[in-house]
Amino acid sequence: MTTPPQPLTAKDVAKVALLARLALSESDLERMTGELSKIVGFVSMLGELETSDVAPLAHPLDTQNVFRDDVPAASLSTAEALQSAPRHDGECFLVPAVLGDSGAA
Amino acid sequence: MQPIEMSAVDLVAALRQGDITAVQCTTAFLDRIEATNGTINAFLAVDRDGALTRAADIDARRKAGKPLGALAGLPVALKDVLCTTDMPTTCASKMLQGFRPPYDADVVARLRNADAVFVGKTNMDEFAMGGSNENSAFGPVRNPWDLSRAPGGSSGGSAACVAGDMAPVAIGSDTGGSIRQPAGLCGITGLKPTYGRVSRRGLVAFASSLDQIGPMARSAADCALIMETIAGHDPGDSTSLAVDVPRYTDLLDKPLAGVRIGRVPEHYAEGLDPEVAKGVDEAFAVLKAAGATVHDVKLPHAKYGIPTYYLIAPCEASSNLARYDGAHYGHRAEPGKGHRAEPSQQADGFESPLVEMYCRSRAEGFGPEVKRRIMLGTYALSAGYYDAYYAKALRVRRLIRQDYLDAFQSVDLIGGPVSATPAFKLGEKTDDPLAMYLVDLYTVGTNLAGVGGISFPCGFTKSGLPIGFQLQAPPLAEPLLLQAADRFQRLTDWHRRRPKTTGEVKA
Repeated sequence: MTTPPQPLTAKDVAKVALLARLALSESDLERMTGELSKIVGFVSMLGELETSDVAPLAHPLDTQNVFRDDVPAASLSTAEALQSAPRHDGECFLVPAVLGDSGAA
Repeated sequence: MQPIEMSAVDLVAALRQGDITAVQCTTAFLDRIEATNGTINAFLAVDRDGALTRAADIDARRKAGKPLGALAGLPVALKDVLCTTDMPTTCASKMLQGFRPPYDADVVARLRNADAVFVGKTNMDEFAMGGSNENSAFGPVRNPWDLSRAPGGSSGGSAACVAGDMAPVAIGSDTGGSIRQPAGLCGITGLKPTYGRVSRRGLVAFASSLDQIGPMARSAADCALIMETIAGHDPGDSTSLAVDVPRYTDLLDKPLAGVRIGRVPEHYAEGLDPEVAKGVDEAFAVLKAAGATVHDVKLPHAKYGIPTYYLIAPCEASSNLARYDGAHYGHRAEPGKGHRAEPSQQADGFESPLVEMYCRSRAEGFGPEVKRRIMLGTYALSAGYYDAYYAKALRVRRLIRQDYLDAFQSVDLIGGPVSATPAFKLGEKTDDPLAMYLVDLYTVGTNLAGVGGISFPCGFTKSGLPIGFQLQAPPLAEPLLLQAADRFQRLTDWHRRRPKTTGEVKA
């Protein structure tokens, strides 16, 4: 971030949309490109700070490696796990084809 | 005094003494909700039958002399980001419309065990992303002090329902100010506890290293009462702290003599509304009169709080919200009719029918702000940008936390404004996402540092809008936060003022 960020292009944003699993229409894409460019430009002010000797802080607690006792415990039943699934067959979640060209979903 | 005007502490006492029954108390609040929610839109779901059944059961157990929980019969509203088995949990999103979680959040289970009565689920910004409650898929909440204004967010429904006498207590969540800012804009008291003080299990995740649940009520004393029930270690949340929970209500009534309160001169920079600045100055004066001393302190990296927050929170959100896949629960797009709905993606193409289902379900289920944050987070985490954005923000986060730890070497609390302005008009900031992000200026540091903060009313503008004051404290210093706010409220009556608007609203 030592150099000012390049403005995002619609092509960049389309690529991110696929990574984010979001279908964006042409108009969404156009609006999002403008908005993200502005926000990314703003957050780039962090580049002002010299941080090469500062360790990243992902979490405010010092807690590490919390283990529970290795004993079996109750968990959701199959029926409970499936109760809110849009489609299931009583044992499995049902989804469209995992492989193949995108056609009818 | 009518039940809807009473504090939670007084209601619990009146219920215990038999001055009112749980059914009477619950009915009073439910009637109030029925009369005003059409205007305020604070509740997304109201469980009248469930609440009255529960209240009747508590009355019967009390009559039979059976043991009852610490909050027996107290009506409580829950932000709709908390999982409840007996009410839908939507996060104010079409993605989760009608969703029934298979388990209760830890705080919900604790409140149930304490015999609280849940009256309903409160409106919020979708997935807790926003500062005005205008990002709800089910309509904005109106501020009871001025119906043309926003209540703040994301816990806008929780703040408005307490301000509007629709519940004595509401539970909120705070990722960057979502309890404290709406509490400030609605003239109520809201506590964001230390990260880890309250279990997050069953809180629908937004940004897991920042999210924390807390009470919103009319006074610090009421917040203290609720904290005794909701705080504590939960083996189901490995980030919850295994530290004993103090008897917060017993620790309130202590003088402030010798307590050192920090004042940050940079808080008074351009952009702070003069009436807010005046209210904040007067609050410092009250605390001084109560025996505290006030000292200038520096938080040198405070101005980097917003950019740091708006990298870390979206990055964590993009990961957390990946779970909404149209397969396990939540919204799923109907199968396509042999063509892609989104022409823009034909060039790159979806990778498979499954990916197309994911992309279309998420596009239909999420609102604009949620999409924006998922996109921002995905971008900042993507190859080539991770170090420049996400890792950079994590380094600055350490600097910000260190600022707090350094400041708390010389002061016990840090005071200041909650928001730069009083409640803004609905629609005023909706066209400019970045302007909306800046409303979190004074609140995000608390979350980035993982410390605690409380917001309470310290005055009103000439036009009658509440002004909020914030105190922040070192980790686990909730007793001091509550003690200082309670002392302030023994010396002032700002927290007792009620809005006129809701009183005039007819069913």
